[in-house]
Amino acid sequence: MAIEKTYAEINEKIKSGRAVVLTAEEIISLVEEKGISEAARSVDVVTTGTFGAMCSSGVFLNFGHSKPRIRMQKVWLNGVQAYSGIAAVDAYLGATELPEDDPCNNNYPGEFRYGGGHVIQDLAARRPVCLRATSYGTDCYPRQEIETVITLDDINEATLFNPRNSYQNYNCAVNLSNRTIYTYLGMLKPGLGNAHYSSAGQLSPLLNDPYFMTIGIGTKIFLGGGVGYVAWNGTQNFPEIQKDAAGKGYGPAGATLSVIGDLKQMDANWLVGTSMLGYGASLTVGLGIPIPILNEEVMRCVAVTDRDLYAPIVDYSEAFSQRIPGNLGFVSYAELKSGKITVNGREVPTAPLSSYPRARQIAGILKNWIEQGDFLLTEPVKLLPSYKDNISANTLKIV
Amino acid sequence: MAPQKIILRFGKDIADRPIIYRLVRDYDLVINILKANVDQNKEGTMVLELTGDNCDLGLAYLKTQGVRVQPLAEDVFRNEEKCTSCGVCTDICPSGALYIERSTMEVNFNSDNCIVCQICVKVCPVKAMEVRF
Repeated sequence: MAIEKTYAEINEKIKSGRAVVLTAEEIISLVEEKGISEAARSVDVVTTGTFGAMCSSGVFLNFGHSKPRIRMQKVWLNGVQAYSGIAAVDAYLGATELPEDDPCNNNYPGEFRYGGGHVIQDLAARRPVCLRATSYGTDCYPRQEIETVITLDDINEATLFNPRNSYQNYNCAVNLSNRTIYTYLGMLKPGLGNAHYSSAGQLSPLLNDPYFMTIGIGTKIFLGGGVGYVAWNGTQNFPEIQKDAAGKGYGPAGATLSVIGDLKQMDANWLVGTSMLGYGASLTVGLGIPIPILNEEVMRCVAVTDRDLYAPIVDYSEAFSQRIPGNLGFVSYAELKSGKITVNGREVPTAPLSSYPRARQIAGILKNWIEQGDFLLTEPVKLLPSYKDNISANTLKIV
Repeated sequence: MAPQKIILRFGKDIADRPIIYRLVRDYDLVINILKANVDQNKEGTMVLELTGDNCDLGLAYLKTQGVRVQPLAEDVFRNEEKCTSCGVCTDICPSGALYIERSTMEVNFNSDNCIVCQICVKVCPVKAMEVRF
């Protein structure tokens, strides 16, 4: 008989401490040993995790009103500008924003030692942050300038809202040119000197629910060490099944998530300010999603291994920057994690950008929360689009 | 005998002489060149590991040749609280001092193999690699 479980049934088991929860890594050996049906029958939830640089991250802040009041027109936190084209003392601080006096790549490769992501980490760590704001002054908001020190506890709201996180899959970046290049995937040595990848592979949230059978708007998740929710699909959400020129399939890629949560209950260990040499500042985000085992099909998806998941190898010296289609082939995460791959007949050393040990820790923490009965699963208000929706990317035309 | 790590600085007047060769031939020292560079002013810098009974005599010889000798006092250090074990340093590190333990995918740092090139200090995205003097 087919196995069917509801969110309510699974939550009842969680509440009574009877739910069987495994991480996306642990489930692999169970399925190999017992098969899909038995695993689907005995396991209720599989937890995933990822810990990587996610540039499209930021925080909405409300600072509270000073006396006299100011309608903040420009806002800086530790010298990093936040967008304040919203209400009086609201602002959005983006992870990649840089101080105005940062030399950037004028001193190539720029170091980008401090940016929006670092301010977010400082806030999460409860460190004091310098707030400066200026304004033109109005009858109801007469103050024109303010400089003070805040902490996360002093302000009203700090809502982490990341428009594009948790990429389903990512390119494996190489450099075919004859000079070192500095990219958002790290320093790439000339002449296929190295290859960088950035995915938790078999632990990665969207590789474990590739067809969006469970993840949707309202899904409760691990975000930055606290609890968050899936808000919407991410920007540039183009779920697809990767194919080579001959039409052979290489598994899912392209989907993204938009996520939201209260920064005040997050932890600086899981929101880490990040500096990519020659590229810019960012925020490394810890994110984990629980997957309810509703049926055997969901179990089949979470049983995926690094051997079954593939990244396209892309040249970042030209093909990426010039948006030239195609790639140099596909490589499995099992090969990438071995430390070397073969590209164009050459052996190339590999290195990851996203931390697999931290991804494993996140899946373990989430598992623990659920086992303790502290974390119930939410049924999505609406599931997100999948590859079946054939969403295609628009490009920016220059007219 | 444990090897000594030293930094040698050669002025442009002596940068073209076969001085290191004499450490091997005349003083029977085992040398391991960790890093060597000649800059645009033709001044040389070398980081050297030296082993043998005649180390002191060898160092005295270097000084007679006008080579400035100083112990390698800089050390690269991994701040384990900051390191997230992302791994991006491991294929950049030229000496294999930073490497991934494949069974766990944790990043390890074997400071004995570090040649203090400091590339990791620049590329580490979370600034976990630090230079100590």
